[in-house]
Amino acid sequence: MPWSREDLAARAARELADGFYVNLGIGIPTLVANYIAPGMTVVLQSENGMLGMGPFPYDGDEDPDLINAGKQTISELPSSSYFSSSDSFAMIRGGHIDLSVLGAMEVSEGGDLANWMVPGKVVKGMGGAMDLVAGVKRVVVVMEHTAKDGAPKFKRSCDLPLTGANVVDLLITDLAVFSRPSRREPFRIVESAPGISRAEIREKTPARYIE
Amino acid sequence: MPPAMSSKVYPDATSALRDILRDRMTLMAGGFGACGVPENLIAAVRELGCSGLTVVSNNAGLDDFGLGPLLKTRQIRKMISSYVGENKEFERQYLAGELELEFNPQGTLAERIRAGGAGIYGFYTRTGAGTLVAEGKEQRVVDGETYVLETGLVADISLVKAWKGDTAGNLVYRKTARNFNPPMATAGRITVAEVEHLVPAGELDPDQIHTPGIYVKRIVQGKGYAGYIEKRTVRPRAGGVDAVVA
Repeated sequence: MPWSREDLAARAARELADGFYVNLGIGIPTLVANYIAPGMTVVLQSENGMLGMGPFPYDGDEDPDLINAGKQTISELPSSSYFSSSDSFAMIRGGHIDLSVLGAMEVSEGGDLANWMVPGKVVKGMGGAMDLVAGVKRVVVVMEHTAKDGAPKFKRSCDLPLTGANVVDLLITDLAVFSRPSRREPFRIVESAPGISRAEIREKTPARYIE
Repeated sequence: MPPAMSSKVYPDATSALRDILRDRMTLMAGGFGACGVPENLIAAVRELGCSGLTVVSNNAGLDDFGLGPLLKTRQIRKMISSYVGENKEFERQYLAGELELEFNPQGTLAERIRAGGAGIYGFYTRTGAGTLVAEGKEQRVVDGETYVLETGLVADISLVKAWKGDTAGNLVYRKTARNFNPPMATAGRITVAEVEHLVPAGELDPDQIHTPGIYVKRIVQGKGYAGYIEKRTVRPRAGGVDAVVA
């Protein structure tokens, strides 16, 4: 059975380590925060200028001046700090963020990522995604293994315009996990969802990887 | 109020912009989503009616808030932004070819503005290397990494929003309403600030100033702040499930 969205988030959360500063993208990556191991301190960065994102506020405590990158109201923690957008992306680009979890439309076997633009469709913009993949130390991608119509998403090369070239370190799909020790090495399949055969994964994956 | 600095204070947003705003100017407008948006000043630009504007802003506003109303009146010719979802009129004008759009990665946009304000012509960044963003731009390979040359941005007028400001133009922002406002305050040939609380010089702690007054040429007491929230997300006060961090 393929992994659920919650399973994917829980799996991505296993990449966290105590003391990490982490940026989570919108969608499934956001759910990763719910699976931080008890007793582990992980500081969440919000690209709009905050370190130490707290949970959604209690009903009635919403503050219009306190939102996350998805424009949702959030709360602050005793350790929180605020800063400008230029400072926020200085810490992102400067390699100070340990890990980022992002969604994807396509990933290539060489670690290229496409997640911001479909030619011919309305383009909303890349936001901070290109900066994150260019600067964060380790980039984890979570996505469905195939598109809704069955089209593969882990490919030899991306057909969609790239967010970054050779930037993905770990790929978690609903069928399998692909890892590589460095950006000069190929991906290797390291886990598969329960009841999903390696043959089925191979069949749905144009990308080359090490079994 | 100390008279020496009172010349920075204008009675309202319209009077602060009337004699400086011109057609085809480049404006910067602070804000991320509905947070930290100079809403009084943007409304004044609409009222004053100039057109052909280039606007540098991370987002393009919502249909009924921020830059959205300026799009409806067709005063904007070009936007330089990183993300422009959540605005139907923007989408319509863009698809109809009535509006020019330049996408910048958000961090590149913030740094271009910071560089512009700091007198730096350009900078090389890894962001966007190997993507559409790098096309047509000078690139350098250093130690095997490709860097893209991005240039500084300056505006004829920067519109910023702060929580508190004093008559000397010193500004203090609040929480995530800070966002693009500090770098934009430095990158305007004329920076106009609106604040929720305008106080006499001396009332703000000099150690806590985020934007020093040198950058702010004009300041106004804003009004009508309704605390617009784009996506209200809350958890139950008692007896509910544990919080979901977004």
